[in-house]
Amino acid sequence: MSVLEIKDLHVSVETDQGTKQILRGVNLTINEGEIHAIMGPNGSGKSTLAYTIAGHPKYHVESGSILLDGAEVLTMTVDARARAGLFLAMQYPIEIPGVTVTNFLRTAKTAIEGEAPPIRTWIKDVRQAMTNLRMDKTFAERNVNEGFSGGEKKRNEILQLELLKPKFAVLDETDSGLDVDALKIVAEGVNRAKANTGLGLLLITHYTRILRYIHPDFVHVFVNGRIAEQGGPELADRLEDEGYDRFLVPSNVG
Amino acid sequence: MSAASALSKSASKTVPESSTPAADSSTLPVGQHGIKEHSDGRFGYVPVQTRSGRFKSVNVADFEAVTGREAVWKHSPVAKFTDLTAGDLDGSRYAVESTPSADVSVEWVPRTDARIGTAGLPEERAAANAWSVFDEALAITVSGEEAKEITVTRSALGNSARGAHTIIEARPFSQATVILHNTGDARLSENVEIILGESANLTVVSLQEWDDSAVHLANHFASVGRDARLKHVVVSLGGSIVRVNPSVRLAGSGSDTLLLGLYFADAGQHLEQQVYVFHDAPKSRSRVNYKGALQGQDARTVWIGDVLIGHKAAGTDSYEQNRNLVLSAGTRADSIPNLEIETGDIVGAGHASATGRFDDEQLFYLQARGITEEEARRLVVRGFLTEVVQQIGSPELEARLQLAIEAELIGTDDK
Repeated sequence: MSVLEIKDLHVSVETDQGTKQILRGVNLTINEGEIHAIMGPNGSGKSTLAYTIAGHPKYHVESGSILLDGAEVLTMTVDARARAGLFLAMQYPIEIPGVTVTNFLRTAKTAIEGEAPPIRTWIKDVRQAMTNLRMDKTFAERNVNEGFSGGEKKRNEILQLELLKPKFAVLDETDSGLDVDALKIVAEGVNRAKANTGLGLLLITHYTRILRYIHPDFVHVFVNGRIAEQGGPELADRLEDEGYDRFLVPSNVG
Repeated sequence: MSAASALSKSASKTVPESSTPAADSSTLPVGQHGIKEHSDGRFGYVPVQTRSGRFKSVNVADFEAVTGREAVWKHSPVAKFTDLTAGDLDGSRYAVESTPSADVSVEWVPRTDARIGTAGLPEERAAANAWSVFDEALAITVSGEEAKEITVTRSALGNSARGAHTIIEARPFSQATVILHNTGDARLSENVEIILGESANLTVVSLQEWDDSAVHLANHFASVGRDARLKHVVVSLGGSIVRVNPSVRLAGSGSDTLLLGLYFADAGQHLEQQVYVFHDAPKSRSRVNYKGALQGQDARTVWIGDVLIGHKAAGTDSYEQNRNLVLSAGTRADSIPNLEIETGDIVGAGHASATGRFDDEQLFYLQARGITEEEARRLVVRGFLTEVVQQIGSPELEARLQLAIEAELIGTDDK
């Protein structure tokens, strides 16, 4: 069984005002098949954690480690991480002008599998996954994320999640900007991916609303660059009622 | 002496009435507010005020010898083609191959053909030199309302200096795609006149896949009639120095043009395009989109985009943009958009220019899906250029260009 371990992770970014410390000692272990929700107020470092796992060059790891089945992820290139089985569904997916969804998906699948997928089954898989996500057939011939609405971009992320079949996926605020219908479609996609491949999920969200459709096994409250509290699904309910205020008081004073 | 002999040759030809040199450039333009002579004693000299006011002539002797300091030449390596600006050009017929197409005729016509000089006149010396010498013009005449495509190929021009003249006429209500395919070696200065009758719908693609040694200076002059639509595409991939300058006059109300460009400059290559759109009629519309990539030592590209919205052109809508993707050190891309507006009553007018290296976020996104950095770079470049290819509207040509771009990119990886 696969396991993703994050150990005492410290991360900073360069800003105009100098180096800014964002993650201050994150410890988290996710086993295959588990769903972990990370919840926290804006600016607490949730997205930094997501991008650091994926390997975005903007984030500097000061210390700590991320292990995938015991192998150090931090020394891997961005693409090697993806081929090792990590996936990041981005909050703001990037437009790639001139590259069609079809071409992009096939190139990514080929890169991850190490060989081109058999054409017949692949086309069928893509069609089925698109139908499941209520994506119109014309999407396949459009350029990646170009002119997509917010909801279409998120569906396109989940489409990739379903087709690339990672061991672990980080969903960075996948729920933001979605109306309830789109949210349900996206959540169904995530649940389907989990049912099919048994992947582990790290669900990063500001709101509890997506947790009505994707049920977490563990909830972590992220404040000021580290996990301030963790528990089961009941913690999410409590956050729904109380908000983040009780966590914010000390850090605001400090 | 070469210039003198070119002059004597041109003097022996019949020059159409409309090609008399423009009025003395020291004459003050009339009707433009605020223009008057300065009192500093420059003997009444006023520089050209608007793009349409540039000196024009079909006679090479009317132009001073090219120094490289002129506005139209200052970005070009003029010392490398003095044979085309000052030399004696061969204006004889050359071999062309064309794909058969009903309702499109391809023939040589005499200099006295009434269409010659109706779409535009030379504004610089190489163009005038070519105009002075051509024996016959290649005329491509499109009729018939059905869509059709024709490819006219020149592959055996050779390496002696030539001047040439081409007319592409789309009769009223006709529709076609005309592809001018250039391969092999060449030292060529040429003028291409494109004439669209009322409601014609014409696509002209000038595809430069010359040999590495070729030098090609082209001026395209288009006149777009009422409600007609011209799509003009310049694709420059091969050649040592390639300079294709399309100049489009939106002459009829409701006329519409889309000017696309795609270029990929390798080490030592000079690819230039000076685009000029003149909105000279109401409700006319133009879009200009040129995209280029540069790779290798001394790869050089130049894009100058002039848009003039004349005083008659109320209710027009225009936008021009140029994007360059720099793939290595040692390259230079010049990008110069100019916009002149003589009427306040317009729907829109805008321009944009950007030259930069890879978008790191695009690379990250692709790599985050397992695609290696090298392959991600190729996808991004291909995608960047494909945006133009996708708009050409000829599936066969689009597929061929994708392969050509692919070949350029493989060349990139070798380095």
